[in-house]
Amino acid sequence: MIRDYFRVMVVNLGTGKANIVERGGRNEVLGGTGLAARLFQEFGHADRPWNDPDQPMILAIGPLTGYYPLMSKTCCSFKSPYHDQYAESYAGGKSALSLRFADLDALVITGRAERLTALCVGSRRVELKDVEYLRGFDALSTGRALRKMFPGSGRRSILRIGPAAEKLSTYACINVDTYRHFGRLGGGTVMGVKNLKGICILGDRGFPLPEGKAYPKLYKHIFEQLTSTEMMSKYHGVGTAVNISPLNGLKSLPWKNLQQTSSPHAERISGETFADETLLRNAACAGCPVGCIHVGFVREQFQTNNQYLYRQVAYDYEPIFAVGGMLEIIEPGEVLRVLDVIEKEGFDCMSCGVALAWATEALERGDISEDETLLPLKWGDAETYMKAVELLSQQENEFYSLLARGTMRAVARYGGGDYACVLGQEMAGYATGEVFFVSEALGFRHAHLDAGGYSWDQKHEEKDVDAALKFLVEDGRKRIILNCMVGCLFSRGVYTEALLDEALEAVGYTDLATGVDEIAFEVQKLRWRVRISTGYDPRTVKIPKRYSEITTWKGPLDTEYMEALRQGFAQRIMELGAPLPEDAPEK
Amino acid sequence: MKIMRATRMERCIGCHSCSLACSRQVHKVLSWNKAGIRIASSGGLSTGFEARVCLACDPAPCVAACPTGAFSQRKGGGVIQKRNLCIRCGECAKACPVDAIFLDHQVNPYVCIHCGRCIPYCPHDCLEMVEVPERRNGSNKDKEVAS
Ligand code: SF4
Ligand code: SF4
Ligand code: SF4
Repeated sequence: MIRDYFRVMVVNLGTGKANIVERGGRNEVLGGTGLAARLFQEFGHADRPWNDPDQPMILAIGPLTGYYPLMSKTCCSFKSPYHDQYAESYAGGKSALSLRFADLDALVITGRAERLTALCVGSRRVELKDVEYLRGFDALSTGRALRKMFPGSGRRSILRIGPAAEKLSTYACINVDTYRHFGRLGGGTVMGVKNLKGICILGDRGFPLPEGKAYPKLYKHIFEQLTSTEMMSKYHGVGTAVNISPLNGLKSLPWKNLQQTSSPHAERISGETFADETLLRNAACAGCPVGCIHVGFVREQFQTNNQYLYRQVAYDYEPIFAVGGMLEIIEPGEVLRVLDVIEKEGFDCMSCGVALAWATEALERGDISEDETLLPLKWGDAETYMKAVELLSQQENEFYSLLARGTMRAVARYGGGDYACVLGQEMAGYATGEVFFVSEALGFRHAHLDAGGYSWDQKHEEKDVDAALKFLVEDGRKRIILNCMVGCLFSRGVYTEALLDEALEAVGYTDLATGVDEIAFEVQKLRWRVRISTGYDPRTVKIPKRYSEITTWKGPLDTEYMEALRQGFAQRIMELGAPLPEDAPEK
Repeated sequence: MKIMRATRMERCIGCHSCSLACSRQVHKVLSWNKAGIRIASSGGLSTGFEARVCLACDPAPCVAACPTGAFSQRKGGGVIQKRNLCIRCGECAKACPVDAIFLDHQVNPYVCIHCGRCIPYCPHDCLEMVEVPERRNGSNKDKEVAS
């Protein structure tokens, strides 16, 4: 192991100064999500709003980052502009290995820069640069500019935001190394409000290897498991986009703002079609031999006489659902073109697609008019949607500035909440049924990856509330283990608890290697405590009417079952997140 | 003699498994730079990846530049590295025409020794061992090249 405590860099953008702080607690929180929650307790202000300059933005990695394959993600946490509560998001790219080799377990950024700024940190560097001239630059050209500005090609990660974040849309993302994102709940906006246009993390150190033969042997074993078995083939083959067809078959594919759960057109945007028609190449996060990133291309004629340009756009299941199915855009090339605009503006593509789907239905129903949308939004009309994304980013009028703050803000002004596809935030792409809807609506990150509710729905026809809740809590905990290591959740089939214990042992974390499950249980409670301390009350979460109107392969949705699950899950969350006895009197 | 070549970099996904494998197995460190092979995007990720790796020159300019004999000519091309002889002047890296020698902040040089131990860790078969290509004038020792 590199060390048994945490080494954290705290950068204050207000003063321009950085500090290295050392913290214990590795055997209580492991790292990653647990460390981030700890650091938020220390540096965050539960009672102040998200845009208070003192609120931190936290990046954290785990004890195994860099040591093993697929330990390749970073946890980013912050008080969310979306709901003003504690939130987190995960991304890969080169961020995790860069932090590891910058010799940091976490980076905490506080304060607000006076002018637009870029930050570069490394094992022997802290540097702030005024980049006011990059104001309004899109996320991709910002990346190009930052690459020229800072050293370390090949051993650094570049995080940056686009115009949507500068304008403080509440669901702007952080683009990480072009093809990965801290997508959800407005991480980009947190950078925006801090006047932080980009972060370069320079991974320029190396570390001694663990003694003995156990580590290289285990590395080899895990590497083989991940590359030569069938376990991961879904991710590097067709990629996650392979989900489109089976979900369509199960009537669980959100379509046209969830007016439908399947469509005869879904084949046109299936993972297989994307692979056949647009896939240009694959890419990987640093430290991941699986390479699930699928980069597609579109070719556009921009002038007569055969003048073409081409763009490369990464796709996955979620972007295809949000921009394809939800907007009924059924040509892969058109999906990619809309995604490209979203990418440049720097939105979370899921939130953006789902928000525009709501706007399209609202216009269709006459709840809003073209006076609001300024454009004739129409299912399948990619050109118009591309313009809408720009208006949304610029917050062109009152309608777009409300919608840029989340569908529910627009609903509060114009109505139409019954058909808003919002489960805590604009939904993820699984209309699988009651368990998933409750899991996402109430879950910690309002993400499909909080727990495998979507797969429970697909496998269980019986309606056993207790069994489903038990599953949500326990499966959530299993995912927390990987989120503490900040491993990629795609590898959860390979990294069993026993293997993780062994992996920790082999790099010298013998104290931790006796039971990650117990630590994860404590982290599960810690995360909920922190979330609840920032104002979250799962008992008040509502599931919009649209979700009770759908039909899946199991038939019409069962509202009573869903309500029982909702109440039960809220109860479990309140129990898990109950304040510690010693905290109760003081607060 | 065989040498290691990054012959199929168009397939590279940028996973850095090769550098991590070299650094782990050959140089006994955890790193993605302290390695005989380093992966960088060729100017942003949308342009694909390139490998910074020793081309196995013969004669090798880095060997000629090394004042202490820490780098000596490897038969078939490339270098043999003796770390205990190195005074860390950095001349080898300066002399390399393709930026294949990495100097860490203590000016320790890292270079590929053409052992091929990275190859099994490349998931896309970008790397391979190849027979030393025929030099234009026969023997490697024959320095009198009539160009
Ligand atoms: S750094 Fe070492 S190997 Fe390189 S030229 Fe100097 S002495 Fe020779
Ligand atoms: S051939 Fe050997 S020395 Fe060269 S890069 Fe591969 S592992 Fe390193
Ligand atoms: S292991 Fe292969 S695919 Fe991965 S970075 Fe190295 S050359 Fe590229």
